Amino acid sequence: MAAINPQLSNELPSPIVDPHTDSITLRISKFNPKTDSVVTFQEFKVPVHKWTTVLDAILSVKQHLDPSVAVRYSCRQASCGSCGMKINGKPALACYTKISELNSNIITVEPMNNYPILRDLAVDFTQFFSTHKKLKPYIIRDDSEVTDDSKEFLQTPKEVEEYLQFSYCIKCGLCNSACPTMATDSSFIGPQALAQAYRYVSDNRDTGKNERLKIVDDSHGIWRCHFAGSCSQVCPKGVDPAMGIQLLRGYLLGFRK
Amino acid sequence: MKESVIMKIHYGTALGAVVLVAIHILFRMTQNFSESLQYESVIANYQFLPYAIMLELILILLSVHGFNGLRVILLELKQGVGYEKTVNYGCIAAIAILVAYGSRTILMAGFGM
Repeated sequence: MAAINPQLSNELPSPIVDPHTDSITLRISKFNPKTDSVVTFQEFKVPVHKWTTVLDAILSVKQHLDPSVAVRYSCRQASCGSCGMKINGKPALACYTKISELNSNIITVEPMNNYPILRDLAVDFTQFFSTHKKLKPYIIRDDSEVTDDSKEFLQTPKEVEEYLQFSYCIKCGLCNSACPTMATDSSFIGPQALAQAYRYVSDNRDTGKNERLKIVDDSHGIWRCHFAGSCSQVCPKGVDPAMGIQLLRGYLLGFRK
Repeated sequence: MKESVIMKIHYGTALGAVVLVAIHILFRMTQNFSESLQYESVIANYQFLPYAIMLELILILLSVHGFNGLRVILLELKQGVGYEKTVNYGCIAAIAILVAYGSRTILMAGFGM
């Protein structure tokens, strides 16, 4: 592995390089809002195998070439939703994207769009989580306390199917990053929170439908979705927020009860 | 007014305008294009009460739909309490002015003034 920045490569331990492995150029967006005025890209040569993920490559850079690269990650198996970023222009999870599937020797990683940048690839999720919380993402009902008589609230498979895919959301924020409305409307609730609103509204155990519909029925709420569908395209868990939003609209338009 | 009510009006005005404009175009096709735009022909349309009512309805539907669409675009473009209030009331005022001016034209032509 050879760094394009020679200063750093001299200071850090070199990785063991197999001469038979391929290498790619990893371009990492570098930006610190406290000190920088423009985004710059640093390039690194990284050895890759067919199973190397983008996160592996970034962590390799952090370990051997530039420890200052700021990236958020945790589970490395597309469960925690921490490593969302733009990879070659498309929002994706770095741990879930293999270098080999990108069909390019140059991989550019940037922070997700539509979020304030904390540093490099790490973005601020404060507003994202506060909007999610605002939509009451939990079952609302008076008898929700488990007693001896009501240990479980049974549902038929059909009732579960109504909301099941939406419960797979891992809050990675990729859908909000891909949303064209979020790019201009900073007050827009966003596909993630709207899909979660649908997840609970369509759950027959829940009685908080009217509360949630009141929140989404706002001038920056559900009606600002233009059904571009990019949120559904980028979801790593196969959730279809665009469909959830349309189904949620059905309640407000009187098509669904 | 709730956003869902506004959007129901938005969709309703769109559907209504499509139907009425289609009728308007079909009426125009009963004559050839240049004949349709002749002074006597245009004034005759305004003086035929059902047609004048239809033109008035088209005016209202398109004004409401168009300016609400503009309001939505402007709200997505920029945010802020003052700005949003200006956009909302500005669009209501624009609808009222356009409908008043258009109605004046229809009434004056209808009564031969």
